[in-house]
Amino acid sequence: MANSKKLFSKKNVGVWIFLGVALVVAVLLGVFVSPFASSRPDGLERVAEDKGFIKKAEDTEPAWKHSPMPDYTVKSVKNEKVSTALSGFIGVLLTAAVGVALALGIMGLGILSKKKKTPPESTGNAP
Amino acid sequence: MHIPDGFLDPKTWGALYGVSGGTTAYALHKVKDRLEGVKIPLIGITAAFIFAAQMLNFPVAGGTSGHYVGAILACVLLGPWEGFLTMVVVLLVQGLFFADGGLTALGANVFNMAIVGGLLSYFLLTLAKKPLAKRIDEKRSLLICTAFFSWFSVVLAASACAIELAISGTVPLSVTLPAMAGVHVLIGIGEAIIGTIVVAVVLQARPDLVDAYRGAPSLPLEATPEVT
Repeated sequence: MANSKKLFSKKNVGVWIFLGVALVVAVLLGVFVSPFASSRPDGLERVAEDKGFIKKAEDTEPAWKHSPMPDYTVKSVKNEKVSTALSGFIGVLLTAAVGVALALGIMGLGILSKKKKTPPESTGNAP
Repeated sequence: MHIPDGFLDPKTWGALYGVSGGTTAYALHKVKDRLEGVKIPLIGITAAFIFAAQMLNFPVAGGTSGHYVGAILACVLLGPWEGFLTMVVVLLVQGLFFADGGLTALGANVFNMAIVGGLLSYFLLTLAKKPLAKRIDEKRSLLICTAFFSWFSVVLAASACAIELAISGTVPLSVTLPAMAGVHVLIGIGEAIIGTIVVAVVLQARPDLVDAYRGAPSLPLEATPEVT
């Protein structure tokens, strides 16, 4: 596994190519395949319809009303397939960004906690 | 199987928020000193791939569809705690931006798909993989275990969902457990096919990016997740 310092070296070009290809595949799936996904109810929705408790969700106000793309559609785009494709495009890149941001945040947290641990050791008061 | 608002009662979704929140805090603590290098972009790419794959509902019998979950895949590629956090990212984005899964049910959805379908199922995978790897080579052992536990994780997660619905008084367990497990026995086949193909492709192209594969530094699951 490549470590941080060497991550941007020439030796790791292959890793970046792989990651790039993987991201492109994810974008292509989200944009070009998702509009043709099955619109049938999924497993839980199906059971909820069959067993008669889907109403409980329909009668409940969503606790979070500010989803910009509810049900993977962009409101301003009339064409259903284009709307799904656009939401897929945004969603894939957004998820990648949130994932990287979280990972960077965690790494930062780790570096900070290491720094905090160092001073007591230098004064000889470490337990 | 994203639970919307309204299916679960407050005591159930509240308790599951507690369990999922606690597990998230533990996972953050667990990975903070070791997260570096290629894992950083890999978490983002894996999350993005799982998000895309979850959009692709495929038809199964009886006018129903299923979609990929990917929690096992995330754990196999990234390690259990990194995989768990990756699933939290996916579920958070889906809930906040796409109204897929209710905000009150977010803890339950994390519990079902990232803890039961991820951490717990991956822990079972590691138990099965070791003895199997001694009999056949490790690559094949990992692929076979990925296939089986991908399927199993979906059935297990759906069963957890059924139990939560019963505890909430939404629908009796005798009605919902056979129904949920039954339909997800079929949906799980799709999970197994997609998960196994992806792991096989990554093993072929970059075996060093598969955490569950030896040769990559192993990250043993030191403690079982805080599942009660």
